[in-house]
Amino acid sequence: MTDVLTPVLSKNWGDDRAWTLQAYEDQGGYQALTKALSMAPDDLVTLVKDSGLRGRGGAGFPTGMKWSFIPQDDSAAGNKPKYLVVNADESEPGTCKDIPLMMASPHTLVEGVIIAAHAIRAKRAFIYVRGEVLHVVRRLQAAVREAYAAGHLGSNIHGTGVDVDLMVHAGAGAYICGEETALLDSLEGRRGQPRLRPPFPAVEGLYACPTVINNVESIASVPSIVTGGIDWFGSMGTEKSKGYTLYSLSGHVKRPGQYEAPLGITLRELLELGGGMREGAELKFWTPGGSSTPILTAEHLDVPLDYEGVGAAGSMLGTKALQCFDQTTSVVRCVLRWTEFYKHESCGKCTPCREGTYWLVQVLQRLDQGQGQPGDIELLLDLCDNILGRAFCALGDGATSPITSAIQYFRDEFEAGMHTPSSELFPPVASTLFTPVGGAA
Amino acid sequence: MSLHDTTRDELREIAGRYPEARSALLPMLHLVQSVEGCVTVEGIETCAEILDLSAAEVSGVATFYTMYKRRPMGEHHVGVCTNTLCAVMGGDAIFERLKDHLEVGNDETTADGKISLEHIECNAACDFAPVMTVNWEFFDQQTPESAVELVDSLRAGEKVQSTRGATITSWRAAERVLAGFEDGLVDEGPAAAGPTLAGLEIAREKGWEAPAPGGGAGPRAANGADGAGGTKTAVATESPEQAAEEADTSRAESETKAAESPADTKGGGSDD
Ligand SMILES: Cc1cc2nc3c(=O)[nH]c(=O)nc-3n(C[C@H](O)[C@H](O)[C@H](O)COP(=O)(O)O)c2cc1C
Ligand code: SF4
Ligand code: FES
Repeated sequence: MTDVLTPVLSKNWGDDRAWTLQAYEDQGGYQALTKALSMAPDDLVTLVKDSGLRGRGGAGFPTGMKWSFIPQDDSAAGNKPKYLVVNADESEPGTCKDIPLMMASPHTLVEGVIIAAHAIRAKRAFIYVRGEVLHVVRRLQAAVREAYAAGHLGSNIHGTGVDVDLMVHAGAGAYICGEETALLDSLEGRRGQPRLRPPFPAVEGLYACPTVINNVESIASVPSIVTGGIDWFGSMGTEKSKGYTLYSLSGHVKRPGQYEAPLGITLRELLELGGGMREGAELKFWTPGGSSTPILTAEHLDVPLDYEGVGAAGSMLGTKALQCFDQTTSVVRCVLRWTEFYKHESCGKCTPCREGTYWLVQVLQRLDQGQGQPGDIELLLDLCDNILGRAFCALGDGATSPITSAIQYFRDEFEAGMHTPSSELFPPVASTLFTPVGGAA
Repeated sequence: MSLHDTTRDELREIAGRYPEARSALLPMLHLVQSVEGCVTVEGIETCAEILDLSAAEVSGVATFYTMYKRRPMGEHHVGVCTNTLCAVMGGDAIFERLKDHLEVGNDETTADGKISLEHIECNAACDFAPVMTVNWEFFDQQTPESAVELVDSLRAGEKVQSTRGATITSWRAAERVLAGFEDGLVDEGPAAAGPTLAGLEIAREKGWEAPAPGGGAGPRAANGADGAGGTKTAVATESPEQAAEEADTSRAESETKAAESPADTKGGGSDD
């Protein structure tokens, strides 16, 4: 049995000046790089494949397998330059793990980038970071500068003949740019709109060249796997969801924050660690992995938070963004706000999502105001049905998740929206942090 | 008004950093904003000229992204997160109070030109809710009162430091950093604070840690101490199709279908 919490990525976050090269190397940083540079690229791909590491950006696709899709043979694609792009756009509502990781220990990511680039034989890599996090951008820029100065980046790294150049690229505010093909368009200086697939990024990604796109946490996990080995990694987590991961607890809880644990821990266990819900509060509903994952309720407190467990409960592990709401919270209000977000962020490329999210907001608004019309719930479900599976990218699908799941568990609140405003049923002031539960304005 | 030669040089410098110059457009527009206070026609034309694009193409990109502003911005950009979690925890109340206090609406600038107020989407800091930003620096765990104090200090020109970052400069100075020019403030502020350290602190109290590296302390330690050589365990997913099935729904779609694509030569990257 491993311990309940297993800090690996977060282990050095409390260290003095943890973001500097000095502090990172003092606690063992860049030793994995030395080891990785002595390994053949194919062996690194095999290592990561065998470790069972699955993408931490939401989909859970095996990272090593993704790397193995990059053509390395004598084909036309195999002869093109290869690129590694780190997805640091972190914008899925509720998701807040990559930003603190890069703020505290940007070198963990940089070390992972160099190793991953070596593995897929990419000479150039990019970190695409959302623009709205100035200090994180600074920390990344400085880490890259320091890594160059130390000879960890550049040409002929430490005399091994390996070349890797890395650039930090700041986005400009668009959730859709987290979608990997939209991200590529954005990185090419275009509007961030998803691309038609095929061709897939592994063949024609950035500049129509073979490209791997991985989440920050996925890449940051690589150095520890190189150092620790696959058995070490697999000693944490569950059969099909191996290793440790960052769970982000937020909302009406006593101790919100980042909790690094083996995959498969439950929300009940995580909540207990931090003293549970805020004083006098009960858990009403929660998202397991951001707003695009169907909500769950208190009956799901013991669901193992791994890909299989959350899937079996009818949702998705997603980004492990555990947003917890208590009994003071109106489900209708929350669903409306999330839907407004999707409407705003819809890139407009396809009709089901562009039109669908518009109509969803119209209907949800009147339900929120207590002016719902008979048939509105069916209308919502029908609209969702027309988006799910018909949208061009997963943003559209994600937009339907909160709605259909909320109707499944809290249909009565939507019915109440035919006559009573949500703000009457659930006065918003009671949900704020400035009001003790049960207190008045 | 005309863009200074130094700015043109810097714009060209950014374009030169990328394998293909057009990739520089987003950082170039950040730089235009830092110099001009918003994305101006002149800025658009200059970017277009350097990148050999039409002004319409550049404009089409600029209007797609919310961080690019078409109207002159105030000295400071103040953001209030009103995405669901922050909104519920108090973000809505904070935003209402600030609109009142500053006498502006969303995306408007105060009469003294000091503050542009905007409600923003989830800024990846939900464990610090309710969250605000000033020039894209975090101001965590805010209340309506602390928010009013914050904007008053900014208007009075007092020194203000982010709760997890550096001393506040200006929106324009921030845009310059986003364009790729460091400003020397990286070492201000902590590595991590408050909620970021919640799990780590509990682990320390309880004496919990990850198994020792290389040890393979768990049940599957049979393959020896150092797995890095690529010892094959009978684990995980063997085929792309199976991986696709096990991955979470449509978000895995692209990766999934990559398996069927011609790229799937599995050349040197394959282990068997
Ligand atoms: C609308 C949308 C937004 C996304 N945002 C992010 C994001 O901010 N960060 C991220 O890593 N993945 C995001 N993804 C998932 C990516 O498309 C992609 O699956 C992921 O970056 C792959 O990395 P991984 O395999 O390491 O998880 C998003 C997907 C969609 C559809
Ligand atoms: S689903 Fe939405 S975000 Fe995705 S391509 Fe269609 S309109 Fe754009
Ligand atoms: S909801 Fe406000 S930072 Fe995430």
